[in-house]
Amino acid sequence: MIRSTHLPLIVTLVTFVLAFALCGSQYPSILSTRVVANLLTDNAFLGIVAVGMTFVILSGGIDLSVGSVIAFTGVLLAVILRDTSMHPLTAFALALVITTAFGAAMGATIHYLEMPPFIVTLAGMFLARGAAYVLSTDSVPIDHAFYDTLQGIYWKAAGGGRFRLIGGLMVVTFIVGAVVAHRTRFGQNVYALGGGAQTAKLMGVPLAQTTIGIYAISGGLAGLAGIVFSLYTSAGYSLATVGVELDAIAAVVIGGTLLSGGYGFVAGTFFGILIMGLIQTYIVFDGTLSSWWTKIVIGMLLFAFILLQKGLTWATTVRKRRATGSAALS
Amino acid sequence: MMAGAVQGLLKRIMPQLVILAAALLLNFIVFPDFFHVDFRNGRLFGNIIDVLNRGAPTALLCIGMTLVIATRGIDLSVGAVMAIAGATAASLVVDGHGWFTALIGALATGAICGFWNGILVAVLRIQPIVATLVLMVAGRGVAQLITEGTILTFLNPGLIRLGAGTILGIPTAIVIWICLGAFVAFAVRRTALGMLIESIGINEASSRLAGINSRVLLVCVYLVSGLCAALAGVIVAADIKGADANNAGLWLELDAILAVVIGGNSLLGGRFSIVASLIGALIIQSVNSVILLSGMPPEFNLVIKAILILGILVIQSPKVSYIWYMLRASGPQPQPDRKTPRPHRATEEKTQ
Amino acid sequence: MTDDTAQIATPPGAQDAPMLRAIGISKFFPGTIALDDVALTLHRGEVHALLGENGAGKSTLIKCLTGAYKRDAGVIELEGVAITPTSTAESQHLGIGTVYQEVNLLPNLTVAENLYLGRQPMRGGLVSRRRMVAEARAVLADYGLDVDPGEPLTRYSVAVQQVVAIARAVEMSGKVLILDEPTASLDRDEVQLLFSVIRKLKARGLAIVFVTHFLDQVFEISDRATVLRNGRVVGTRLLNTVSQHDIVTLMLGRQLEAKVHDRQGGTAGEMLLEVADLGKRGMLEPFSLALHKGEVIGLAGLLGSGRTEMANLLFGAVPADGGTLRMHGKEIRVANPRDAVRHGFALCPEDRKTEGIVGDLSVRDNIVLALQARQGWMRPIPRAKVNEIAEHYVRTLDIRLASLDMPIRLLSGGNQQKALLARWLATSPDFLILDEPTRGIDVGAHAEIIALIETLRERGMSLLVASSEMEELVAYSTRVIVLRDRRQVAELTGAQITADNIVHAIADDPARGAA
Repeated sequence: MIRSTHLPLIVTLVTFVLAFALCGSQYPSILSTRVVANLLTDNAFLGIVAVGMTFVILSGGIDLSVGSVIAFTGVLLAVILRDTSMHPLTAFALALVITTAFGAAMGATIHYLEMPPFIVTLAGMFLARGAAYVLSTDSVPIDHAFYDTLQGIYWKAAGGGRFRLIGGLMVVTFIVGAVVAHRTRFGQNVYALGGGAQTAKLMGVPLAQTTIGIYAISGGLAGLAGIVFSLYTSAGYSLATVGVELDAIAAVVIGGTLLSGGYGFVAGTFFGILIMGLIQTYIVFDGTLSSWWTKIVIGMLLFAFILLQKGLTWATTVRKRRATGSAALS
Repeated sequence: MMAGAVQGLLKRIMPQLVILAAALLLNFIVFPDFFHVDFRNGRLFGNIIDVLNRGAPTALLCIGMTLVIATRGIDLSVGAVMAIAGATAASLVVDGHGWFTALIGALATGAICGFWNGILVAVLRIQPIVATLVLMVAGRGVAQLITEGTILTFLNPGLIRLGAGTILGIPTAIVIWICLGAFVAFAVRRTALGMLIESIGINEASSRLAGINSRVLLVCVYLVSGLCAALAGVIVAADIKGADANNAGLWLELDAILAVVIGGNSLLGGRFSIVASLIGALIIQSVNSVILLSGMPPEFNLVIKAILILGILVIQSPKVSYIWYMLRASGPQPQPDRKTPRPHRATEEKTQ
Repeated sequence: MTDDTAQIATPPGAQDAPMLRAIGISKFFPGTIALDDVALTLHRGEVHALLGENGAGKSTLIKCLTGAYKRDAGVIELEGVAITPTSTAESQHLGIGTVYQEVNLLPNLTVAENLYLGRQPMRGGLVSRRRMVAEARAVLADYGLDVDPGEPLTRYSVAVQQVVAIARAVEMSGKVLILDEPTASLDRDEVQLLFSVIRKLKARGLAIVFVTHFLDQVFEISDRATVLRNGRVVGTRLLNTVSQHDIVTLMLGRQLEAKVHDRQGGTAGEMLLEVADLGKRGMLEPFSLALHKGEVIGLAGLLGSGRTEMANLLFGAVPADGGTLRMHGKEIRVANPRDAVRHGFALCPEDRKTEGIVGDLSVRDNIVLALQARQGWMRPIPRAKVNEIAEHYVRTLDIRLASLDMPIRLLSGGNQQKALLARWLATSPDFLILDEPTRGIDVGAHAEIIALIETLRERGMSLLVASSEMEELVAYSTRVIVLRDRRQVAELTGAQITADNIVHAIADDPARGAA
């Protein structure tokens, strides 16, 4: 059954299918497993970080720090692997602990000091980027046998597409994210928070725990994305992934999640990522179109979805106001 | 009367002046020649002049940003607008137009961008952070569209003079931001604009009931922000003699917001001081300068900035000021009644 | 003291120990006593109405019961055990559930998600959505609702949402149910739906507190009523032994003495404003009004009767569905407050804090705000003139302040109200609308504002004053319009204007109240 809250998600799906069909009709080779596999591999880190961003935006917040956290994680791993004999797996665990704690600290600041998430995570963004600079300003290459092993894992599909580990990791993250969002009490509390913090509190939602949890997840997933990014590039560079937070936010919104919180689906974000990846792929295939069209098209999509959402909220408030009568006034 | 106003202003900007003095003093300590100013080749030289000059883009942006924030909004798109305006000016002179046409063209693009943001916020009632995000994302693409992906360099002396030239020996950029800042600060206080802007930022419902046309005012404020960004974009382009769509004004929106916050203006809207914001911009630039002059790796710049933001935010936080109030509750101050702002919550959604 | 102990009879059929007993509850706020030694006893299977005008202490009492406020004195016993809940979550857990006027559920969740938030049925460590929906369907069927629990809450009417909120409260708590103005935004049929649910719960043995301003509803559904005034219990009555009139008298605290209105009201001057069929669906039924110069129309009615709505419609704060306004015989259009101000209207709103003052702005700026807005930003009022205006009103209205530069939020309620009056008087309006001008202000300012209304009338200004204070309305009105259930039910003129008559018109059946 089609419900109005599903409408943005449906629009996202239709957009994706249409875009894919359009690309396919112009460049049939886009339909190959090779392109699909690359789509997953190239967008793995963005997808993982967008899952965390989905939680944050669902709760009515925003996290501007994720791009910097990815860069920080990359540099941290590179420096550890260069300067110590720590095993990459231990380094991964360490990075995840640090980034999760970092996110949790931002969440705690937002909740306990009652500060807008925008400005707290902005400070977090500077802090993480600065920490990455302090570790190293140069790009540090990663050369480790374990990395080669991980990078060598792939499943070759018919048609020559190589589905690599990191693409799989992104898909797993999306599945786990969707289960957490829709099938756990924590996930329900995230939606509740996005529907209205005061009401949620009256209904017994533990605000502190939920807020801290949300930003911890976002931080931790940014850390995971950092690991994936370092596997993807085999290097750590403090100037990498500038502006990724914007891409992640755009993917979440294009995926049908309301920027003001409360409505949306993790699965939608997945298709948001694919749409954005598809735009890039199309431009690469076209060859004559310049890369800046990516930004413009994404901006236009963003605007279209914001308008769509505005229209939907407007429709529901009008309906509600009609039902409530003068309640708003008295 | 006038003396009273000056006194009030001094009192308002005292904390910022103290911080600025401290930052300058630090500069002096790490580099004793900091205040030394030379006059060579018809131009002033010196570290202090550099601070004023390099701070120009942030200073220009924070003029408009102060007004936007006073209405309880935010403009994330200024960095992108800078890129668009710079690209417009560059492409116009490259096409053979004069520097004045280029300047007007750039300002017009800035005005259009600001108008667009204003319509989204005031008429469509989209939260400012969301509304301006659209242009922040798409803006650089538009700028690249104009420069066709290259760094569009130009040699038009008139345009270059806007960024790198001098007026009476003072770098043009400094003259521009000081004049514009003074003009806007003066204009909002000599007309009723300042009060009306503060009024809608503090309580839009009351203001509307008092007969204020909040919609038009909101659009105007974003328009001014767009114009300031355009001017900053032209200066940055003129300074490097080229329009770099990718990097012009990158992250400067954050610096501008930071300058406004350091200027003691609340992110929750209301009372504002453009002068204080401008000093905030100078403080940021002075901190950059300290880091540079002390030989500390510039890497620390961001960390220090982050700590600065956090410190100021903690002081400004409603919760902390409430605790502060409770600590000296014996005084006659009533408790702050505008607490728990959650600009991001859906419940704040305004509908009209 | 005012408590009539003989009347606190236990309701018939309630022999067991009470479900909840609150004794000696007091709550102080800086400068005021919100609750003073309040007692309340609730029996199983009882609907107990809690009545009182705004500020009487109803919501403070409820907040003390639910743990939202910490009481300063008193004992609360639930089934004989003393409890001190420190949060609404805790009181819910103990068995006290609350449903508010504005549905306190989440609009973005489905019916079932709202019903089970925080206690979802789990299976294998995950929320079982299928079981949640099935259980929700079964539970809601018990409440007479046939809805799809998988649908978003907002798909359903406010009445349905309200029942869902009740179901949530009862399923989680199940001993005491507090309904805080649950019917305020419901129409007649919806109220009946709600009442059928309340009757079922009553039969299940819950103790139900019913807070409302609608007296008909009180008599229809409740067994007993406790009336609060100024933070004290002024009486608890078995409702089948008293009339609506008795209850209104208790609420308003008036001795029903006849007080003759000594003013020659009516057509004092030339016609100023004619209103025809102005109204808005679901807010106020279309009304007509003719206002002369030098006339004060009093608007009487209980809270929610449509007083504020009438003020807002006239001022364009809420656009009307239809109707016309003629000023000095010429038709005018008032689509928003700006239009209204331009035509010489002024409105001091009921909610001073959120719709009146601009808190952080100085008293001076607040006073000239409306005048400046009307002049436009291009023509600033010169500093000297601003000071002159501000000082003039500070003097004539006796606004007490340390400095004109202080933020207006630092002033006391009475002085804020006077500053708001000054804001509008500075625009020299022809038509001044005052919505509850004396609420929440001290006695001295109260008298001054009433005197001011008189003065303005004598000067030929026309006023419309909404108030819930009968004495006040009698003191200054040349005509009184009585509203009830969002429509005009009576108009009193001349010697008819007595507090007694107003009370009658408010309390009695609309048909009888019409004059």
